[in-house]
Amino acid sequence: MAVMNDLRTIKNAAWLGWEMEANWADPFLFATYSIVKPISATLILVFMYMIVTGGNTDNAYFSYMYVGSALYMYIAEVLFGVTWIIHDDREHYMSLKQVYIAPIKFYAYILGRSAIKIAITTAGVIITLAFGVLALGVDISLWDVDWLLLLGSTALGMSCICVLGLALGGITFLTARHSIGINEGVAGVFYVMSGIIFPITALPTWAQSISKILPVTYWMDSMRRALMPDAMAELGSVAGVDVTGLSGISDLYIMVYLAISTAVFFALSMAVFKYADGVARRKGKIDWTSTY
Amino acid sequence: MDQEPAVRTEALTRVFEPKKKKEGSTVRALESVDLRIEQGELFGILGPNGAGKTTLLKILSTLLLPTSGKAYVAGLDVETQFNAVRQRINMVSGGEISGYGLLTVKENLWMFSQFYGIKSKVALQRIDDMLGEFGLLDKKDAKVRTLSTGQRQKMNVIRGFVTDPDIIFLDEPTLGLDVNASRVIRTYILDWLKDHPKKTVVLTTHYMAEADELCDRIAIIDNGRILACDSPERLKKMVRMNTTLSMDVTRLKDTAVFKTFPGVESFTFTEDGEKGLTKLRFVMRDESGVSDIVSAVLGQGSRIESLQKTEPTLEDVFIKMVGKGLE
Ligand SMILES: Nc1ncnc2c1ncn2[C@@H]1O[C@H](COP(=O)(O)OP(=O)(O)OP(=O)(O)O)[C@@H](O)[C@H]1O
Ligand SMILES: [Mg+2]
Repeated sequence: MAVMNDLRTIKNAAWLGWEMEANWADPFLFATYSIVKPISATLILVFMYMIVTGGNTDNAYFSYMYVGSALYMYIAEVLFGVTWIIHDDREHYMSLKQVYIAPIKFYAYILGRSAIKIAITTAGVIITLAFGVLALGVDISLWDVDWLLLLGSTALGMSCICVLGLALGGITFLTARHSIGINEGVAGVFYVMSGIIFPITALPTWAQSISKILPVTYWMDSMRRALMPDAMAELGSVAGVDVTGLSGISDLYIMVYLAISTAVFFALSMAVFKYADGVARRKGKIDWTSTY
Repeated sequence: MDQEPAVRTEALTRVFEPKKKKEGSTVRALESVDLRIEQGELFGILGPNGAGKTTLLKILSTLLLPTSGKAYVAGLDVETQFNAVRQRINMVSGGEISGYGLLTVKENLWMFSQFYGIKSKVALQRIDDMLGEFGLLDKKDAKVRTLSTGQRQKMNVIRGFVTDPDIIFLDEPTLGLDVNASRVIRTYILDWLKDHPKKTVVLTTHYMAEADELCDRIAIIDNGRILACDSPERLKKMVRMNTTLSMDVTRLKDTAVFKTFPGVESFTFTEDGEKGLTKLRFVMRDESGVSDIVSAVLGQGSRIESLQKTEPTLEDVFIKMVGKGLE
């Protein structure tokens, strides 16, 4: 029964998210916001890469970086998205307290809203990847993709990102709109620490041990393995050196690690959320609006 | 469970600490409030700005935690059993223009009904009925952002009732609405209670007449404390033992003297600029002081246009309790 309620909440929140995000009254704006904007972030990176390497995109590392950057859209969009949802609900629509006092689990609401973010981001990710493959020679071939691994990794990765969004959502209860820096911090940590554009082997040893706790590290690696197995095999042994730092781990184990660290982060996120929720209720932050 | 009062508080206290030590001092928004609201009651909370009305409703609707003391809604502790409380309540704040602007009125209301697990068909029917009663049916498919402030407020009142709560908290539901809209809401509240005798409405208001007309019982609250809590009739009886006197006079120079006049329990006045009159209103301990007041007025060179002994209003009660009027 409780599960049914949560599913219903997720469904309704997703419906709301869709109505809000995909404001089809202005498809141009929607496309710009949800597709062009994220793609341009990757293209800026490509541009910088080209300048540094003199235009050499025909190698495994370029594919590594490109795919990482494309998938990072999910993290950026969901983590920032959750924060914006809460700020907007609270300060713009002034509906946060109404949602909050409804007999639903607030995190189910956040999950539903995030699910739409993920769905919309997927369009941007696919277009970015397609552009990479067609125009820049990114090493993804539909015949080589490990679909099973892709499916498992996507499912776990998306849960993981939602879980992180949840913790940030809780923290957002306590912050004002202009103090959005926490998300930038968290997103930044993943950007640097999780092998998004450069492998974790580029980090100092102490940082690498942090990388190996973060679920996003395993998610990135398993997604790349699924999408571009050849390039990953190549990077796994460049002149006998494992560039990715993870190629010694089998596909199965990398999924197990991803599952375990997602579970751990889930527990952590719930704790953070519960704590933040309690503080917000004690301090009266649920319907609080920042004064500029 | 059924015998439980709709609301019960025990020494309920809420303190707001200033954000920074230097900025302002601690506010004691609620101070040891003991309250009992029975099922089926239409209960009013009346008090001046900053009295603690909203704070009380926020605690009862699980938005805010008490600093100390206890609050039970439908017998459930708002602090620990908030999930169960939320199943039974809803809250509407007037004067607040909330709602998802991109959704239509119907969509907004429907979405909230879904959070309460109401069958979609039932909800849609109820939404239609209520929009009709509130005169908003033509706005059903309008985007919320195109509504006027008053229309949004009506929509929010509907949002409160559409989820069919056992106990509904209305924080100044008619604030800023025109006479018609206010009446529609008041009528709806009364009809709703008539149709559902076990349901409970707790509302705050600034409008004395509204409280008087609607409420079974009223709590007068000031500075976080309940000063009186009774039916409007009984509250007025407390003042009826006194003499209530109203007087229209011309060119009164000094009104301040009457505040501290012997025998005067409370005194208010309003200027009627058009007629050039000052309307004085006294609650007196007894009739013996009346002649002194009359001579004091005449002594200031004023003429008395009219003089009446009147029935006490809720306002007189309020002024006597709080020491000042609401405006
Ligand atoms: N979040 C808060 N932080 C600090 N002080 C607060 C907060 N909320 C309310 N207060 C203070 O608590 C007191 C009671 O406020 P409350 O909003 O309950 O009054 P009210 O009776 O609803 O007034 P009004 O008629 O103006 O709506 C006020 O002095 C107010 O300044
Ligand atoms: Mg208030």
